[in-house]
Amino acid sequence: MPLLRNGHIALDQWVAVGDDEALPEDAPIIVSLARWRAERGSLVDEYRQIGIRLKGGDNAEEIANDLPYFDLVAIEFASIADGRGYSTARLLRDRYGYSGELRAVGHIIRDIFPFLHRCGFDAVEARNDRDAKAWRESVGAINVAYQPATDNRLPTTVLRHLPLAAAAE
Amino acid sequence: MYQYDTYDKTLVDQRARQYRDQAERRVEGDLTEDEFRPLRLMNGLYQELHSYMMRINIPYGTLSSAQLRKLAHVARTYDRGYGHFTTRQNIQFNWVTLEQSPDILAELAGVEMHAIQSSGNCIRNVTADAFAGAAADEIEDSRIWAEIIRQWSTLHPEFAFLPRKFKIAVTGSPNDRAAIRVHDIGVALHLNAEGETGFEVVVGGGQGRTPMIAKTIREFLPARHLLSYLEAILRVYNQFGRRDNKYKARIKILVHEIGAQPFAEAVEKEWEQIKDSALLLPEDEVARITSFFAPPQLEKLGPTAPAFDAKRLTDRAFAAWAKANVVAHKAPGYGIVTISLKAPERAPGDATHTQMDAIADLADHFSQGEIRVTHEQNLVLPHVKLTHLFGLWQALAHHELATANAGLATDIVSCPGLDFCSLASARSIPVAQRIGRQLSDIERLHDIGELRIKISGCVNACGHHHVGHIGILGVEKKGEEFYQITLGGDPGTDAAIGNIIGPAFAGDRVAGAVENLIDTYLAQRSTNAERFIDTYRRIGAQPFKENLYATA
Amino acid sequence: MATAKQPMTTDTLQALTANRLIDGLVVYLTETGEWSTRVDDAALVPAETGEIVLAATGEQAVSTNHVVAPYLIDVETGGGEVNPTRFRERIRAFGPTVNTSV
Ligand code: SF4
Repeated sequence: MPLLRNGHIALDQWVAVGDDEALPEDAPIIVSLARWRAERGSLVDEYRQIGIRLKGGDNAEEIANDLPYFDLVAIEFASIADGRGYSTARLLRDRYGYSGELRAVGHIIRDIFPFLHRCGFDAVEARNDRDAKAWRESVGAINVAYQPATDNRLPTTVLRHLPLAAAAE
Repeated sequence: MYQYDTYDKTLVDQRARQYRDQAERRVEGDLTEDEFRPLRLMNGLYQELHSYMMRINIPYGTLSSAQLRKLAHVARTYDRGYGHFTTRQNIQFNWVTLEQSPDILAELAGVEMHAIQSSGNCIRNVTADAFAGAAADEIEDSRIWAEIIRQWSTLHPEFAFLPRKFKIAVTGSPNDRAAIRVHDIGVALHLNAEGETGFEVVVGGGQGRTPMIAKTIREFLPARHLLSYLEAILRVYNQFGRRDNKYKARIKILVHEIGAQPFAEAVEKEWEQIKDSALLLPEDEVARITSFFAPPQLEKLGPTAPAFDAKRLTDRAFAAWAKANVVAHKAPGYGIVTISLKAPERAPGDATHTQMDAIADLADHFSQGEIRVTHEQNLVLPHVKLTHLFGLWQALAHHELATANAGLATDIVSCPGLDFCSLASARSIPVAQRIGRQLSDIERLHDIGELRIKISGCVNACGHHHVGHIGILGVEKKGEEFYQITLGGDPGTDAAIGNIIGPAFAGDRVAGAVENLIDTYLAQRSTNAERFIDTYRRIGAQPFKENLYATA
Repeated sequence: MATAKQPMTTDTLQALTANRLIDGLVVYLTETGEWSTRVDDAALVPAETGEIVLAATGEQAVSTNHVVAPYLIDVETGGGEVNPTRFRERIRAFGPTVNTSV
């Protein structure tokens, strides 16, 4: 599965480690919330780069205080119908100020890219290489935002009343 | 009414293009059905029993004549000549094709309409008082706030995959005509002591298999905080609503399980964090949207209209219609007219393309070009001069649209049921038709007075049977259609869920059972002015039950 | 309007039905492997072999994106006509029971 960062195929140097698996030496690792909690002290000592993988039901608040330790947060979507990760992502970015890589993993189809993008995800485990182009095309396919979210788009409630917008009409 | 600017237009056009691409990918085989299903549903396209059905949003039930003409055109060109107005103030077309569905959306975009989020586990089309902007009793036009909610909720990226569908209703009047207490969120406009606009917020109402009345979680929310408060509710629900069981996934279950008070606290806590964010409503944006709902330019008239009174005295049929189907307008000399879509032998809520065209023309002539859709599946001309009523009535009669039964026993709400719906347990429409036949005597109908009968073809309760004065629910028993009857439901200010009265009836006995209930009411009512629901509240279910099952 | 049960014929037969992708209409698999909108055209197979037909033809038609969600229904063949056993399937086969003319 190719990794996309900002719509481009990227090298994935991270190693996702299962809860019972041995930790690799000298590589950036991704661990579960459970493993992070259990082994946090030794992980921080041993590894320069740590990523955490949250399940749909893990809330942003649970890792809010630990965010300085993470260079990557992966949020799992167990199915397309599980939308909890969108709230988690927005809270991490907007409330807790997380600025590292935010990666969507699990059941990801290209048609949800625009939602992911607006909620602050910058990376995604995609299905195939064609998805890179799909990301670049689809995140802008609808370029009007009715509501503020976690991307940089100005919502129409503001945009409509900028002096510029009035001039453009 | 609201008019799109370049932003609204761009969004709907881009969305229509995006959907065309998705539909083409499906037809070409690039998308499997599993992948395409959520995408088509997000654009209102369902697979039903016989065909695809497309549900099109009519935000807060307001239509312009141009939009209604376009719906007539869609019915004629892409369907079999008719459409079905729903209890959520939307319209459904029963016979559309996948191939043509992108064309329909493109046509609709041309008149500022779309089907975004008319299905799926997301925030659905926002509903409001069908008499908004015209009702004598309203504080403020609820559509201003419904439009603000519509925009905020449209393609909201955080809430596209909620645990379950989500419905918001707004009322601007103390007399709730928007059924806010049976919605996931209900918003009721109030003025505080300083005369500021704000909202009472109620949460966790709903119908379906576990009907509940919503609880108030905030007495007064200043209007500028509306969106941040809604976002806080939705965020709590999105994170904590149940996803393990589809029947327990609505917000009503969450509110019920954790309690209204703890739920309110969770919302307030979240809201504290975002209330002063970019969600704070800018005054100039509220002013902009408000300007679209400025009261129409109506003539200054006296409260009486002698010509209208004279016609009522000489024409009994007209008088009966005016009595049932016309209510007071806030402007003297005007009335709000309900066009009944419950003519005998018709499917409740259906209108043909010729009828839709005719109503659009009549709206242009008599009602400022505006039409409303009610959650009782009727249409409304909101601003009609009393002196025009007679002419309007005659024109309506010409199109089988002058049935004098608004709010009466034959103004039956009915979902499509097993004749169309793939989820149904039993048929609904034939039951409505039988009851209609049984109660065809107009004098008697008017003597019975207000009586809300509502029929659903399965527990999903799209026919709102839980809030019918008489509710009828279709169930399947050993391959046969049976109907369970509830009494005492009410969608309004005194919202109540009806109670099951006893064992279910076979299909051919339902109309007789309704007749029996009506006989009990007529025998028991204290005065002719006491409505069915009032009698029921006064005497309880027992007398109805005794008579109903006496001969069984 | 109660749904009187038709007398059962000796053997229960089955037909394969689905909705056609392009227009959503109800279709039935025919003897020649086509899909017809008329239930009378349906190929009827004994209940025991129904599953096999579904596996073979149904899945093939799904994979070529011709139909959606095929499944087997029980039918009866009294009076030379094919009549689905379940009431829901009769409505699918013969259309809404209410007048929908405009
Ligand atoms: S109540 Fe049931 S039968 Fe009626 S439209 Fe809803 S899902 Fe279909």
